[in-house]
Amino acid sequence: MTTGTSLGTAVDSAVAVQQTAMAQALNRALRDSMAEDPSVHVLGEDVGTLGGVFRITDGLAAEFGDHRCTDTPLAEAGILGTAVGMAMYGLRPVVEMQFDAFAYPAFEQLISHVAKMRNRTRGAMPLPITVRVPYGGGIGGVEHHSDSSEAYYMATPGLHVVTPATVADAYGMLRQAIASDDPVVFLEPKRLYWGKDAWDPQDPAPVEPIGKAVVRRTGRSATLITYGPSLPVCLEAAEAARAEGWDLGVVDLRSLVPFDDETVCAEVRRTGRAVVVHESGGFGGPGGEIAARITERCFHHLEAPVLRVAGFDIPYPPPMAERHHLPGVDRILDAVGRLQWEAGD
Amino acid sequence: MTVMEQRDTYRPAPPPAWQPRTDPAPLLPDAEPYRVLGTPAADEAAAADPGLLRRLYAEVVRGRRYNAQATALTKQGRLAVYPSSTGQEACEVAAAMVLADQDWLFPSYRDTLAVVGRGVDPVEALTLLRGDRHTGYDPYAHRVAPLSTPLATQLPHAVGLAHAARLKGDDVVALAMIGDGGTSEGDFHEALNFAAVWRAPVVFLVQNNGFAISVPLAKQSAAPSLAHKAVGYGIPGRLVDGNDAVAVHQVLSEAVRHAREGNGPVLVEAITYRLDAHTNADDATRYRESSEVDAWRDHDPVLLLERELTARGVLDEDAIGAVREDAEAMAADLRARMNQDPEIDPMELFAHVYAEPTPQLLEQQAMLRAELEAEAHPQQEGTAR
Repeated sequence: MTTGTSLGTAVDSAVAVQQTAMAQALNRALRDSMAEDPSVHVLGEDVGTLGGVFRITDGLAAEFGDHRCTDTPLAEAGILGTAVGMAMYGLRPVVEMQFDAFAYPAFEQLISHVAKMRNRTRGAMPLPITVRVPYGGGIGGVEHHSDSSEAYYMATPGLHVVTPATVADAYGMLRQAIASDDPVVFLEPKRLYWGKDAWDPQDPAPVEPIGKAVVRRTGRSATLITYGPSLPVCLEAAEAARAEGWDLGVVDLRSLVPFDDETVCAEVRRTGRAVVVHESGGFGGPGGEIAARITERCFHHLEAPVLRVAGFDIPYPPPMAERHHLPGVDRILDAVGRLQWEAGD
Repeated sequence: MTVMEQRDTYRPAPPPAWQPRTDPAPLLPDAEPYRVLGTPAADEAAAADPGLLRRLYAEVVRGRRYNAQATALTKQGRLAVYPSSTGQEACEVAAAMVLADQDWLFPSYRDTLAVVGRGVDPVEALTLLRGDRHTGYDPYAHRVAPLSTPLATQLPHAVGLAHAARLKGDDVVALAMIGDGGTSEGDFHEALNFAAVWRAPVVFLVQNNGFAISVPLAKQSAAPSLAHKAVGYGIPGRLVDGNDAVAVHQVLSEAVRHAREGNGPVLVEAITYRLDAHTNADDATRYRESSEVDAWRDHDPVLLLERELTARGVLDEDAIGAVREDAEAMAADLRARMNQDPEIDPMELFAHVYAEPTPQLLEQQAMLRAELEAEAHPQQEGTAR
């Protein structure tokens, strides 16, 4: 498991801010949302007594009761389908899908109802449901525990698809997702769960709204565009690139839908070169869409084609081979090296 | 004692005590579908509430006429498609009648009649099938969920809604409708299981009309009856003659009462028959004999009720005439209003995808607006470029 990389807030004051793991911040977000709004209900497999297999719902059943944080029967379509009915009646369900690949039985409910109900009823029946999905690899999980399923969700109009990469975003974006009147697929990069960052649960730092990308590092040479589990890798690559003489910027998309063309294009127009990095497979993956959008909007600013560094187009590999699949620093730097540099660039 | 000495007296330690978690006997459906018409129970029903029987009759006649009118509208191109419930009117009518105002109905695509029975405008109930909009009515106005096309997917919604209402302390029962084919879907299983575990106030009504489009029940299930499936979930299963409107009304009323009183869900299987094809686009002669259909025509829900009530003097010719006149007036109104062209606002396509349109949708909306303007002023198109 990758240990967390300190991101964002530098601690320069004399008072040391508490080190908090992303998992704790997510737990805190659920707790604060439930305390603030009695219509927020958490449901899923093992979310009650156990506190979830990743402990994201730890303590919620004890604090708010089994009726607010409910261990459901083991059936994902049933979990999401009943959440639809609960939302129809004015509740604000937060559903936990235990692992990325375990969310697939709920696909029909997600695609045919969750994503479409507002549209089907001409706005009369919005469904404010948050679907939390721990996703991605790098945790040594055996098969069906490491999928990057974001492309499936992105391809479905009616869903917001977001993924935090920092502790502050984990808290802030989950609060926003729960408060949203639209359904949100909230993808939690599980290999960042236990990465810590300076973050004060008593005074959570405000974060940008869903739909906005954030420039995590400004650079002059080229822009790495990424999200979720690949953000720490990109920041590491940007650091390593200095030795090669490249000054790389890093954009954290945070939100795949809605997509922040403005922030992405502003960065790419400045550098003229871009690499999209994600764990999801390249063919039909998010990077293709992002590269196309950049090309359509920034063509005359580009010095080189937009490149993609993605997972291979293979079923997610067994854990002992996963490091060969996941985009790493070297593969990112190799791509940067292929951005048609000329003398003087 | 040595082990060898013990061998004659040795008994293995029993495992921890086991017993069934629920006594299955009271959950089992009756051996025969419950019937009222043509049985002694009809005496009681006629004596208890003749007004109810007259109302049931009026509703099944209206329902039959509605089905005929809607099917005719498909032939005139006014409806894209109509899955008729001809032959199943007793179930449709009773499902709507047994619910209280605050209760919710979760219909499948074949259940427009039940939707209308809840008070939804007959034209709005057909909007989906006309094709100008997805759902023509506000679900909250009459507490009717949108007609559900993906089979069985509306069942977990009914469970979640009833569960939520119960959590809020509200007296709400949800009645979810499904066909025999739909019981093969996973969502049917998951909905019944969730409802049973949560003791959610839900009545599941399965209209077993013999066919899932062309596939007969024998290829769908090996269960003794679909009502028997209830036992596996620990909830009661009831079997009723789905063409006997009084029996369906009684069984569903009892199921709703059971759910309302906090006893959990009930599964009702109504044995009926789809007299028409699956939809106007289907050819039923490819998969069933006309002799089979004729046999069911003799057990028609409208005829059964009319014969019984006439024989008992609950209905006379004048009353029958008045009911038919009322049904004709409803059909004439439906015809007249469906013959008007619906207004389509293409810009509305973007209105309800999200609470606020995304920047990407705003761009696409602008593109469509420009296309519409170009369409409206074709002569300017050349100069614009």
